Amino acid sequence: MQALLDNLAPLLQGLLTTLWMAALSAVGALVLGVVVTAMRVSPIPVLRGVAFAYVQLFLNVPLLALLVLFVFALPDAGLLMPLPATAVVVLVIYEAAYVAEAVRSGVNTVALGQAEAARALGLTFRQTLGSVILPQALRAVVQPVGNVLIALVMNTSLFAAVGIVELAAAANKTNLVHAQPIPIFVGAGLTYMALALLIGLGAGWLERRVAIVR
Amino acid sequence: MTVLYDAPGPRTRRRIMIWSVVSGLVLAGVLGLGVWQFVAHGQLAAARWAPFTQWPIWEYLLVGLLGTLEAAAYVAVLSAVAGVFLALGRLSRVRPVRWLATGYIEIARTLPVLLMIYVTLFALPGVGVNLPLLWKLVLPLTVANAAAFAEIFRAGILSLPSGQSEAALSLGLTGAQTMRFVVLPQAVRHVTPSLVSQLVSLVKDTSLGYVVAFTELLYRAQVLSAYNHLLVQTFLVVTFIYLVCNGSLSVMAHRLRRREKQGG
Repeated sequence: MQALLDNLAPLLQGLLTTLWMAALSAVGALVLGVVVTAMRVSPIPVLRGVAFAYVQLFLNVPLLALLVLFVFALPDAGLLMPLPATAVVVLVIYEAAYVAEAVRSGVNTVALGQAEAARALGLTFRQTLGSVILPQALRAVVQPVGNVLIALVMNTSLFAAVGIVELAAAANKTNLVHAQPIPIFVGAGLTYMALALLIGLGAGWLERRVAIVR
Repeated sequence: MTVLYDAPGPRTRRRIMIWSVVSGLVLAGVLGLGVWQFVAHGQLAAARWAPFTQWPIWEYLLVGLLGTLEAAAYVAVLSAVAGVFLALGRLSRVRPVRWLATGYIEIARTLPVLLMIYVTLFALPGVGVNLPLLWKLVLPLTVANAAAFAEIFRAGILSLPSGQSEAALSLGLTGAQTMRFVVLPQAVRHVTPSLVSQLVSLVKDTSLGYVVAFTELLYRAQVLSAYNHLLVQTFLVVTFIYLVCNGSLSVMAHRLRRREKQGG
């Protein structure tokens, strides 16, 4: 316990890093994910193909492999950004594929009649999607997207493997110095669980507010 | 998804054509920029790719892939078995069992795998538990994936019409027999696509062997690139191998899902 209290500053610093990187990545992944979904259901074959390839690529390649590729390999090809920016970009493009899958399943749950009615009223594709389909789809996917965001927070821990000192790395470093694994790792674990719980509760609250009662 | 728009008329067809060309050009531009960037830094030089036409390099990477598959197989079998019991526990009528299983699932689902790997790497040896290298990777992954498998099996059991177990019970089967012979076989068949999808996620998780220094694909790639200094090429090749392996699993999951929908 003492080791935990003595090293609160570096651990909190790590938590702070985890929090802002997760928040930034979450916003990016949500926006990019919705854009990819829109591309995937669009009438333009090229965009559909690109969106499909994008989702398949990032659902099937490990995040750690992408992180290593972007952080250690691509600078050799002249693609060099600050480390935190690179990590956030990789997490954004990776999780956006999962957001896109979740939102697409929401689009599929919108009743056929909704799209038919929108078209019968003469709405264009953009109007149908923007004013009728997506608002309903997004309300239906609050829970699944919440799960993606929980996975996103868990995945920020992989940043430790490419040298960013976020919560997992801070816990590991503190333990290496003080050899007090139980309080340090339990503390870090409880923090991650609390973050996941917060997102879960937040998603539940949001779902109750926006859900369409049929 | 054709329900989102009408069958295109001549004007819409023209507009689709225009947008296809525009987005195709943008795409080609982006790809071109990428290729140009690679060429400018000599990353597409034949000399940098030539090693990957030789068998020893591939053999080296394929041994890594074998390690990936070995670890994945252990994790898959162990966490599937544990998952079945956890799912049954969570649905059990005995309260302490239900609480234990639920508690385990909820905790294991919200802990980062890397944190558990750090525990097996740096904390367990301190209390005298020093696992072999393979198990330092397999144990944390199993802890995490057992919870995921449990939720999949539970969804499968709950999706079965209650008439199935009612019929079995009224035929005189005990509760355990009903589960074993009637409910579980159907539930497992029902969730096979999700199980295969989970397999993809599990194969991806084994890339954490990179942290453990277990001989799997990503770790081997790192060792190889430290030796031949072809970082870009090595990691692109590894990305491609992951894509092929997991992509074929994903295709299988997709086919199974479609067959399930058709009720075949």
